[in-house]
Amino acid sequence: MDAHTRATTFDAVARGSLRRWAWIVAIGVVLLAGVPIVGALLGATFSYTLRTVSAGGALLGLVSGTLGSFVVLRRESLLGDALSHAALPGVAIGFLLAGRQLGVLLLGAGIASLLGVWFIRVVVSHTKLKPDGVMGIVLAGWFAAGIALLVFIQSRPDASQAGLDSFIFGQAASIVRSDVRLLAGIGACVLIVMVVLWKEFKLITFDPEFAVANGYPVRAISTALSVLIVVAIVLGLQLAGVILMAGMLVAPGVAARQWTDDLAQMVGLAGVFGAASGSIGALLSALDADIPTGPMIIVVACCFVAVSLAFAPGRGLVWSFRRRTIDGRRFRRTAILRDLYHYAYDHAGPDQGVPEEFVCGLRGRRPTLRTLAQLQIAGLVTRVGGPGWRLTERGWRAAAADARRQRLWDAYSESFDRLGLPIVEIDRSVDLRDLLAADEIERLEQAVAHMQEVPRVRG
Amino acid sequence: MSTESADYTDVHAGLKPADRYQPALAVSDLTVAYNSKPVLWDVDLEVPEGTLAAIVGPNGAGKSTLIKAALGLIPRAAGDVRFFGLPYAKARTEVGYVPQRGSVDWDFPTTVLDVVTMGLYQKIGWLRRPGRSERNLALAALDEVGMADFARRQISQLSGGQQQRTFLARALVQDARLYFMDEPFAAVDAVTERAIVAILQRLRARGRTVIVVHHDLQTVTEYFDWVTLLNVEVRGNGPVSRIFTRDLLQRTYGGHMAFLPTEAR
Repeated sequence: MDAHTRATTFDAVARGSLRRWAWIVAIGVVLLAGVPIVGALLGATFSYTLRTVSAGGALLGLVSGTLGSFVVLRRESLLGDALSHAALPGVAIGFLLAGRQLGVLLLGAGIASLLGVWFIRVVVSHTKLKPDGVMGIVLAGWFAAGIALLVFIQSRPDASQAGLDSFIFGQAASIVRSDVRLLAGIGACVLIVMVVLWKEFKLITFDPEFAVANGYPVRAISTALSVLIVVAIVLGLQLAGVILMAGMLVAPGVAARQWTDDLAQMVGLAGVFGAASGSIGALLSALDADIPTGPMIIVVACCFVAVSLAFAPGRGLVWSFRRRTIDGRRFRRTAILRDLYHYAYDHAGPDQGVPEEFVCGLRGRRPTLRTLAQLQIAGLVTRVGGPGWRLTERGWRAAAADARRQRLWDAYSESFDRLGLPIVEIDRSVDLRDLLAADEIERLEQAVAHMQEVPRVRG
Repeated sequence: MSTESADYTDVHAGLKPADRYQPALAVSDLTVAYNSKPVLWDVDLEVPEGTLAAIVGPNGAGKSTLIKAALGLIPRAAGDVRFFGLPYAKARTEVGYVPQRGSVDWDFPTTVLDVVTMGLYQKIGWLRRPGRSERNLALAALDEVGMADFARRQISQLSGGQQQRTFLARALVQDARLYFMDEPFAAVDAVTERAIVAILQRLRARGRTVIVVHHDLQTVTEYFDWVTLLNVEVRGNGPVSRIFTRDLLQRTYGGHMAFLPTEAR
């Protein structure tokens, strides 16, 4: 490939990437604009509360979805879960110290959660315990302590504790405009840090060992990432609650991964999914004061996950099922043709049938007979008495062509370097002629001529 | 060991007396322990500049551990490691590392070109993003490993051999004087193996040093000119012609040696 073609390929790729970004933005706009419209159709009046709640949900979803992509890729979903549960005792202790002041409660939550991270990292690096066990313990231990403290608080005479348990499942109704401003401000800071450290986050997520060898302070960068995640969790406590906040981190990233193979696009799309589920979920729960917000948001987020897992091109369930079927059929066809060809060559000659039992062999009777029927329709094989099968004239040609292709591959892997041929991906199901230039094929054909004879068409 | 390295004095014959000869890698008294059990014991070895060196030994001999301890990826209990006479912190840009390819998640959402560009992050520095010149460097490295057409390929679509060559390109782009490669030939196809050997030989022709953790005794004499025999302790370190002997191999592998390579004397 010369420099020019390579440049044009790059431009084409860049255009494709631009188009995909346009899609991501469009999906975001449609989802976010659609929320108030659908809300209105559902009979919601766009009150102050409803606007505040949906804006807060969208902002929270944006921040946690983007950050959560890294949680998913680092396989730290359980860590996110542990951290959000670990925030609860902090809320309770904050309340005991200063009463119901949101700032103090969230500060307490953040400190408790960071203590959880620190505890997990210390125990994992200094003992033989596996991370998941340690996280499980932090999750259960911190959360249990938090619940115990909440019960203790509720048993006290001063009744001002009302609503503290909304931190468990989240309560959108408790959000006021200043909270949204706080969310927007801190969320913007989080996103800025992520953009600034983008390259480093990517490197330590993909290959931390290489990063250490290159002199990157990997531990400090991962701590920075963990701190950002704790910030996102703390921001989300009021809305989503400690139990389900982790889902808010993980679900958008999991859904987004299905649609793209590019980290930036994945993070962007996760932000869109997060914002959409945050605002839709918050809105749905605000329609009725009895529905806690956290579960509503997560239900919506999981709808995105379900659709993505099922239908995403390339990775979705529907897609992989279809591909498996098509691949199976294609490979079975060539394998059967090859077997008939070799059997006829070794034993009987082209006019003789091959017993059906032999063709089915270990392949499984039902799919083999189905494929044979398809080959018969395509005019490549024909049924003979016995019962057996043989290749038709066209079948012979197809099988012989395949045998020649395989011989070309044999010659290639044996002497590509001696013949000075370029390195191509070895895939015996494709024709090497499509991958190499004509003169290169000619050199290869000469090499084939010197190779040991393999079956050829007779007569 | 002094007699072994005597063969190599001609390599630095042209140096002024002031430039005291510094080997590419000098390990002295290196001990590494897991839970107080030593996995490397009092390792001393030198690798002169401009050689292709193999670290050879049975499973569990501490071959990968040696590389990782040298690069500071795992803590050392004792000992000193020098690169061209400098500690690692000062020689970092001179040293490239190719980890085992199984050490990362190949389903990570990124492209071949992007992975190769990671080799340049150290030079790019904080806060800056890779630009056009970095892209061209990465493309040149991909071209060298025969992967130019795969630049925009998603890494999960690569075969094992292509993954290995991508990692190799990421190291090449660093333009280091000394490379460490952890089992680059493990589970790759013959085509990739020969492509990698060709790259190693080109590196040596340019005066670079490559230290490879290697498991295939049959190819040691063909591919390498320096060898370290390791089984927790160093059993031999020097030119292949002198060290890769039946006697020393037997001492390295003990009774577990299933066969002796025909090349070994």
